[in-house]
Amino acid sequence: MALLEVSGVERAFYGVHALQGADLKVEAGRITGLIGPNGAGKTTLFNCITGVIPPDRGRIVFDGRDIAGLRPDQITRLGLVRTFQIARGLPRLSVLDNLMLYGADQPGEDMVPALFRLPKALEREEVLLARAVAIARRLNLFHVIRNPASDLSGGQKKLLEIGRALMTEPKLILLDEPVAGVNPTLAREIGEHLKSLVADGITILLIEHHMDMVARLCDHVVVLAEGRHLAEGSFEEMASDTHVQEAYMGRRKWGS
Amino acid sequence: MEHYLVAMGVTAGIYAMMALGMNVIWGKAGLINLGLVGFFAVGAYTSGLLTLRLGWPIPLGIAAGTLVASLVGVLVAMITVRLRGDYLAIVTLGFAETMRIVMSNELWIANGTDGLSGIPGPFRQALGPHLFNLQFLGIVTAATVILFFLVERLVNSPFGRVLRGIRDDEQVVQVAGKNVVTFKIKAFAFGTAALGLAGALYGHFTSFIAPDLFAPLLTLYVKLSLLAGGLGNSIGAVVGAVLVVFFLESTRFIIPLVPGISAVQGAALRELLIAVALLVVLRFYARGLVPESIPQPPLPTAPPEAAVAIERVR
Repeated sequence: MALLEVSGVERAFYGVHALQGADLKVEAGRITGLIGPNGAGKTTLFNCITGVIPPDRGRIVFDGRDIAGLRPDQITRLGLVRTFQIARGLPRLSVLDNLMLYGADQPGEDMVPALFRLPKALEREEVLLARAVAIARRLNLFHVIRNPASDLSGGQKKLLEIGRALMTEPKLILLDEPVAGVNPTLAREIGEHLKSLVADGITILLIEHHMDMVARLCDHVVVLAEGRHLAEGSFEEMASDTHVQEAYMGRRKWGS
Repeated sequence: MEHYLVAMGVTAGIYAMMALGMNVIWGKAGLINLGLVGFFAVGAYTSGLLTLRLGWPIPLGIAAGTLVASLVGVLVAMITVRLRGDYLAIVTLGFAETMRIVMSNELWIANGTDGLSGIPGPFRQALGPHLFNLQFLGIVTAATVILFFLVERLVNSPFGRVLRGIRDDEQVVQVAGKNVVTFKIKAFAFGTAALGLAGALYGHFTSFIAPDLFAPLLTLYVKLSLLAGGLGNSIGAVVGAVLVVFFLESTRFIIPLVPGISAVQGAALRELLIAVALLVVLRFYARGLVPESIPQPPLPTAPPEAAVAIERVR
């Protein structure tokens, strides 16, 4: 069974039907790309899957459990975490605190263990700290770990988004345009990071507009258009699919 | 004069406790609570009524005042949990005004606008006014110090980290796996407990409380303390509270020296001086005299080769 199965998800914003029965399957252990023209509903689908915007209708089964309508924090705790298209580092928190905040199961987030510095809170904090430092080193963020997140460059903010997601010990990460607005060198570097995460056993679903990135990274590509599943297959198959070409470029009106 | 300074010290301590409580709600979680004085009033009335009418011992009355203010805080937080910014500010302001107007008009609760007089103070008769005030300065100072350390522990804990996250971006904190609603309610519970404690102590100190004392101006003075002292910083909260009380009181002596103005003009001039002082402070110290700093815990010194890769997740 697929790790994530989305079927018949609908979501309207007043008169606009952003999703009209979207279907999507994400198999474990690989990178699935979600592509489609602007306004196809990709980000809305991410929002519905992660609970940021509840779907009007439809089923979302993650790891054998229907998660449609759960709150974002509940979904994250189940092992499904997302990043944001426009990096949203918490500006007045240090990079380290941004990472630590995403750490799960910290009893020190309850008032009594916090006020009395109970050992279980301190011990968990040490574990999370070691993890945060390791993630920061892995993503080349260690040298800025004490800086406030507002001081990071655009590319570093994208890396921080990925680092925070990793702190939750996820099974599946949803990445919304992880390399948008990033210089080509760093984009390639981020791509390598993603590949190494999959090698570590994490599954990735990503939205991306850079087709060379999609071609290089994705094992499987799903095309969304007008709020519906249009086609899926390998990148080459999708690139040569006439329906996909029409969705992106429009229909050829005059014959040749 | 010494009498007066001691009373001023007690007032400063009570302001500092309110500022510390507000620092959790407003300074850390970023929730604008303009109903501060309402929770202060709940603490003062609860303890005053219980000790005066039911003869409860004073410490028990103070504990009850703290607890009831905190419960009311939880209730207000649950009602306003979907509100932020200006909307939250106006609803909490409405709460405080509602409390004041109910206490003014429902005479059966606490004599309406006549107020409650004769609230007992610890050993008030035995000590005489001067020693009583000195004793109370000790009590308030001790309470402020304890509260200071509790607030410091709380805001520098993982709990405080979540609150600071909520202040910056609620949705990100949700995606981080935290139930934002319960954190907001907890922040209110703690902060309003501090406000209730300050109110209860105030009632037992002055022996008289009335709805007029709980006007929105007091809320603004405490906000002013935080802005001038340093929003989000516990030391800043105390420094700001002491400065505001000092300034409020010292202008009392300056005004009579200004020739040719009436008493009413003098009172207005005092307010003006306070406004100017705040502007000057914020012009040169935009984040307050003691600004909030980013916590920097010591990092583990792991050998680099061990830290290159994180452990396999599953």
